[in-house]
Formats: sequence, C-alpha cells, structure tokens
Amino acid sequence: MRAGDIPVLPRGVRLHYDRVREAWVLLAPERAVTLDAIGHAILSEVDGQRSFGEITKMLADKYDAPSEQIAKDSAGFLAALRDRRFLDVAR
Amino acid sequence: MTKVNPPIAMLAELTHRCPLSCPYCSNPLELARQETEIDTATWCDVFRQAADLGVLQLHLSGGEPASRRDLVPLVEAARDAGLYTNLITSGIGLTEKRLHALDEAGLDHVQLSLQGTDPAMADEIGGYRGGFARKMQAAQWIGEIGFPLTLNVVLHRRNLHQLPRAIEMAQEMGARRIEIATVQFHGWAIENRAALMPTKEQAREASRLVVEARARLKGELVIDYVPADYHEDLPKRCMGGWGSSGLNITPDGRVLPCHAAETIPHLTFDRVTERPLSEIWYEGSAFNAYRGTDWMQEPCRSCDRREIDFGGCRCQAMALLGDPAATDPVCVKSPHHGVLQESANSFAAQDDAPLVYRGFPETPSKARTS
Repeated sequence: MRAGDIPVLPRGVRLHYDRVREAWVLLAPERAVTLDAIGHAILSEVDGQRSFGEITKMLADKYDAPSEQIAKDSAGFLAALRDRRFLDVAR
Repeated sequence: MTKVNPPIAMLAELTHRCPLSCPYCSNPLELARQETEIDTATWCDVFRQAADLGVLQLHLSGGEPASRRDLVPLVEAARDAGLYTNLITSGIGLTEKRLHALDEAGLDHVQLSLQGTDPAMADEIGGYRGGFARKMQAAQWIGEIGFPLTLNVVLHRRNLHQLPRAIEMAQEMGARRIEIATVQFHGWAIENRAALMPTKEQAREASRLVVEARARLKGELVIDYVPADYHEDLPKRCMGGWGSSGLNITPDGRVLPCHAAETIPHLTFDRVTERPLSEIWYEGSAFNAYRGTDWMQEPCRSCDRREIDFGGCRCQAMALLGDPAATDPVCVKSPHHGVLQESANSFAAQDDAPLVYRGFPETPSKARTS
C-alpha cells in the first residue's frame, strides 16, 4: 500500500455495528470479520476519496501516534483485506 | 455445560421447488410441497428474530429461491432487519427486471451455481435443457448491475475435469469468489454415490489445481474449497460445530442445526410458527443434541482434535454407520475408515452408474425429459 493509493470498500462490503455482540464487524460476501478498535478506526476513514497517506496522517494526529507506525500497521491490515477481496485500491 | 454463542449465519430454504433436478441436491429426499411453505409475513418475522438473535449473514436458498414470487419483498425485509443478504441461485427464473428489483431491494450478494462449464454437461447434470444458456444470460445481467458475485461449482466424477475452465469462467464473470465443493454425500447425493464419486486420483488433482490457482490468483479471486472427504483422513468441521454458528430454516418453517439434520431419526425439530427462534437456538433439543463435546464417544472423547473438527459430520455418521454419535468414518481413527475408503473406490469404479435426479414423489426419479 503506497501513500498515494486510495483504498475503497467495494460494493457488498460494509461496516456494521453488531448490537448483539456489541462490536463493529466488516460484512462481506459470506463472511463477517470482527474488528478491533484500530481496525474500525482505519476503515471508518476509508471513503474512496482520501489516499492511504492522508488516512494514516489523520489517524496519527487523532491518536497522537507516530505516523510511520500507523502506516505500517494499517498497511498490513488493509493488505490482508485486499487479498480477501474485501478492499479495492484505486491509484 | 457448553457455552452457547449466538449464531452468525442462517440458511433460509425458501422453497424446495426448483426448475433443476441436480442429482446431488442437498434437499431431503422428501421434498416440502408448495402448499406447506411458510408465508411472506412469517419469513419477515423470522428475519427480524434472527437479527435480534445475532445472525449477521442470511443466505436465501432453496430449491430455487427465485421460484418464490415474494423474493423481492423478502430481500427488502431481510435488509430492513439489518441482515447481510445473499441469494443462492441457479439463475433460472431471474429476469433482468427482477434482478433490478432485487438490486433496489438492497440485495448484497449473489451466489450463482454452475453445474458444468458447457451446455452439454450443465444441462445433463441439472436435468434441464437450455438451463446453461439461461444461467449465462443471468450471469451477464448480474455483472451489468454490479452485484458482488460468487460462482459455486459442485465437482464430481463426471465434471471434475472441467475445474480449470470453471475457474476461468469465474474470472470472466467478474466473480470475486469461487466456491469449489466436491460433492458431499447427503440428501440426493447419497442415492448417487456410484454415479458421482470421484476417483482418488481426481480428488488429488482437484486439490492440486486449487493450490496452484490460489497462488496464481491471490488478490484477484478468492477460492473456497471443499475436498472429497471420503478420500480424506481427517473429517470436516461440519457446520463449524453443531449448533455453534449456523442454523437452517426449512420451507415449512422447521429449524434445523444443519440442512441434513432431519436424517437423524431421534431428533425433533421446533417450528418458527410455534416457538421463538431464540428459544429454539438456545434451548431446542435438536440444537443441544450434539453441541460441544459431551455427547462424544471414543475415539472422539479423548482425541486432541475434538474441538477442531467436533468428530466430523453427525449426519454422515448416521448415514454410514446408523449412529449419529459415532466418529465420522472419514476420520482415520474411526474403526470404519478402511471400509469407507474401499467403498469410495468401489463407487468410483462404477463407470456406467445412471444419475438419479431429484424430484417430488410423483415425478419419475430416473432421467427425466424437460
């Protein structure tokens, strides 16, 4: 995932608040992925407009954390979603 | 006492009616007739109860769910309830207009079944002439609308050589996923073990092709694979464990822990019209019958894999050994494992075995014309 990449949730993949288990999940074709607070924070910023670089900077500011660390963690998380076709990337 | 978590997925068999008559259909041998099907309002209520119970994924299946005239309002109700709504279809019965209506109703995802990669194979297996052409037309509309698509192919001795082409077709259709399932012997498939059992070599070849395709298509096409379990040494983790994550509603409203559970004669099943879904899930006798590990006998009881595969498939233990609490004979630790593998090889050698098509009692069960 490069700074200029624009991550986007494709049709059929959406965030959903699971009121029974009181947790955020990512719903995708025939899958439900439970999100931790970090996963949810990252995906909440994915809007198909902002680049990966902009998203990580925003999260770094918001959580007062080093942006390299945020970028590294988010890239791994998003790459795993991408391998499962839960995330697309526009360049 | 086993801790019971809420279910994640519900399979709603809206109807057993279907234009196809696939010889491996997972529906029971005794199909539910249209007049016994629960109505729209009952299904809508079940969807709301399911969402309240914790179900996230709803699979609308059948039979052919498009045979239900109220499919569009049912999808609407499912989405209103907050469920991720998946339509499992042969594509037959879906017009372009109807697909647009399903799109507007909020359908999340389509899973399209593939009986073969050409008309000759697909129409023979589906028992429906012209079915392949209609399916391909539906696939085109699905792609044009932009529904996320999974292609689902059932492999067996007659069509296993078509696997590479099936994977190509999934890519051509723009599918994100393909489910490659070697036929599992439940429902009508039990009647067709001689006609459909893959050879051990075929089963190996399928596994090899899947490994190769997964590496080649990483990030493009996700491949879910169910191997030919009669040729395996470890049983499948059936339903993720009985009563642990999924439930199944029959067309007439009975609630099952899995679609084949009715083959276990001592179980009784609650109906959605008679008892709240939540009570059925947590307290129903059928759901508690094989939950967790307390019901196990040896060699499962002391096995270190008992919470990995939960002893395999209860319905398979029933079908093959007459004891639903026995170790699934697919397991190498089962005293019946050797006999099962020999029987698999012997079924696979019966080259001329005819297909027995599924059907309602009054339709001839042998090769029908349509």
